[in-house]
Amino acid sequence: MSIKIAGVGKKFGDFTALEGIDLDIATGELTALLGPSGGGKSTLLRIIAGLEVADVGSVEIEGVDATSLPARKRNVGFVFQHYAAFRHLNVAGNVGFGLKIRKRPRREVKARVAELLELVHLSQFADRLPAQLSGGQRQRMALARALAIEPTVLLLDEPFGALDANVRKELRAWLRRLHDEVHVTTVFVTHDQEEALEVADRIVVINQGRIEQIGPPHELYDHPSSEFVMSFLGPVTTLDGHLVRPHDLEIETHPFGDAYPGRIERFNRVGFEVRLDVRLIEDEAAPPVLVTLTRADATAKGLETGMPVWLTPVAGASQVRITAPATTAAESLDLPQELPPGSPTQSVPQPTFT
Amino acid sequence: MRKGAAPQTATRWGLRVLVVGYLFLLVIWPVLLVARATFAHGLAPVINALRQPEVIFAFQLTLSAAFWAVVINTIFGVGISLLLVRYTFPGRRALNALVDLPLAVSPIVVGLSLVLVYSGRTGWLGGSLEQAGLQVIYAPPGIILATAFVSLPLVIREVIPVLQEIGTEQEQAARSLGASALQTFARITLPAIRWGLLYGVVLSLARSLGEFGAVKIVSGGVAMRTQTATLLVEERYQQFGIENSIIAYAAAFILALIAVIALVIVTAFRPDKGTPR
Repeated sequence: MSIKIAGVGKKFGDFTALEGIDLDIATGELTALLGPSGGGKSTLLRIIAGLEVADVGSVEIEGVDATSLPARKRNVGFVFQHYAAFRHLNVAGNVGFGLKIRKRPRREVKARVAELLELVHLSQFADRLPAQLSGGQRQRMALARALAIEPTVLLLDEPFGALDANVRKELRAWLRRLHDEVHVTTVFVTHDQEEALEVADRIVVINQGRIEQIGPPHELYDHPSSEFVMSFLGPVTTLDGHLVRPHDLEIETHPFGDAYPGRIERFNRVGFEVRLDVRLIEDEAAPPVLVTLTRADATAKGLETGMPVWLTPVAGASQVRITAPATTAAESLDLPQELPPGSPTQSVPQPTFT
Repeated sequence: MRKGAAPQTATRWGLRVLVVGYLFLLVIWPVLLVARATFAHGLAPVINALRQPEVIFAFQLTLSAAFWAVVINTIFGVGISLLLVRYTFPGRRALNALVDLPLAVSPIVVGLSLVLVYSGRTGWLGGSLEQAGLQVIYAPPGIILATAFVSLPLVIREVIPVLQEIGTEQEQAARSLGASALQTFARITLPAIRWGLLYGVVLSLARSLGEFGAVKIVSGGVAMRTQTATLLVEERYQQFGIENSIIAYAAAFILALIAVIALVIVTAFRPDKGTPR
C-alpha cells in the first residue's frame, strides 16, 4: 500500500469536514476522490499532503508514518487548482524549484528540467514567465514541477477545475496517458463525475465528510451502494420506488411484460439524444419519469408528445431502492452551508434529476 | 457616437485641469520657488553653503538616521505585515489600527512620548539605559527611534495589499516541494512582494529624511552633535543674514531633490501601474 489512511477526522470550528475516514491506496494506482463541493475531499487530499493537519487518525505514506511529518518532508507532489505558479520565476525556474531546494548540482537540475518540459510539451516555453502561458500550459508546468522531485505520491486538487471545457477534456486524457507512462501513485480530487469515470482506476465517493463507496468506475456506475452514489455518478429518474438511469428504461408504444403504462408529456431533442417526460397512469401525482434514448430509436418507434407508452427497466439495469426520506445528491448539494477554508467553491455540475 | 463622447471628453479635461491645478498650487509651485530662492544668487554661494561643516554634518546625521530607521522599518514592517495577513489572533484588528497611529498622531506628540520613556530623567527605561552607557534622548539613537516611529506605517501599508493579493498557495507549493520556512520566505514571498516593499522603503526613506517635529523634540538640535538637515533648515531660516538663508534654502532644496530622485527611480523601475508580478 502506498497510502494508508486510518480513522482520519477533521473539524473546522463546528463544521465536520471529515469523519472516520479509512482508505488504502495501492502503489501506482490513479485514484479519484469524487464528491460535491464542501464534502471534504479536498481536505482529505490536503491532509495527505501535510498542508492540513487531521484532528484524529493517521496517515502512512509508503510504510512511513507521516501523520506529524511537515509537508516539506513528505516528498509529495501537489498540484493546485489555480496552479500556484511562482510568478517571478520562469517555467524552467518553476520546474527546477524543488531540485534547487534539494541542492542538486546545477547540471543535473538542468537535465531533469529539460526532460520534464519534454514530458509536458513545454520545452519551447522554458524561458517564459507563467503570466505568458495559457491556463492549460500553466497547469502542465505545475504538474512538471510536482513530478520533478520524484514524489512518492502525486496529489492533484481539482487540477482542471479552472480550465475551460475543451482544455479540460484534453488535459484529462493527457493525464491518463501521463500516468500510464510515469506510474506514480496519483490521487486527484474532482467534483466532475465524468472526469472521475474517464480517468481513474478507482473512485472514492466522498459526501458530507464520509466515504460513500470505493470501487472501479464501472462497478460504481453499475452497482452503486446508495442513492447518493447512484445520483452523483449520472442522471437518474424514479420508477416504482427505485432510482434508475433514464437510458436503462425500455419504452414501447404497446403493453409488454410488467411494463408501467404512461403518456409522453414532453418530447425534448438534445443533439443525438431524445429526452422524454413520461407521466405514469397509475401515479399521476408523482413527478414524470425521465426516459432518454437515441434519436434513431425514437424515430423508429414513432414517439410523439401525448402518445400512450409502456415503460420498464431493461434487464440488468442498475437500480437503488429509495428509502424515505430520500437523500440524493440533489439535496445534499445544498449542504453544507459552511465550507471549510480552501475548499473549492464553484458549483457542482448538476446531474439530471426527475 | 460623437454626441455621447463629447461630454465624456469635457469631463475628462475638466478633471485633468482640476488635478493639475491643484497639484500646481499645492506642490509644484512652492517647490519650484524653493529651487528659485536657492539659486537666486547663482550657483557659487550654494556650493559654498553646502561645504559648511555644519551642513555636511547635518546631512550625514540625517542620512545615517534615515538609513537605520528604514532598516528597522523594513524588517519589522515585513514581519508585522506577515503577522497581520497570514495569521488570525485575538487583537489583530486592534494591531492593524495601531499600525496607522503614527500617521494620525502629530510628530510632536511622538517626540514628547519618546522623551517620557527614554529620557534618563523621566523614564525608568531611559535611566537604566543611560546607566548602561546608552544615551537615547538628545543623541542619535533617539533620532533614529523618532524617525522609525513616524515612518513605520509606510512599509506595512505597501506590503499588506501585495501579500493579500498573492495568497498562500505559492508558499504552500514551495513547502510541498521541500522548502523550509526560511527558504520559502527568501525564494517565494520576498520576490513576490519586492516591488511593494521597495516602494514602501523609498516612501519611508523620503519621509525619514524630512522628519522634523519628533526629531526636534528628541534631539535637542545642537549643531555638530544632534542637528539633522531639517533642523538646520529651520535654524538657519530664522537667523538673519543672506548666508544663513542660502544655507537654509540649499539644504531644503537638497532634501527635496533626494526625495524626488528616489520616487522617480522607483516609479521607473516599477512594472506597469504598480501591479506587482
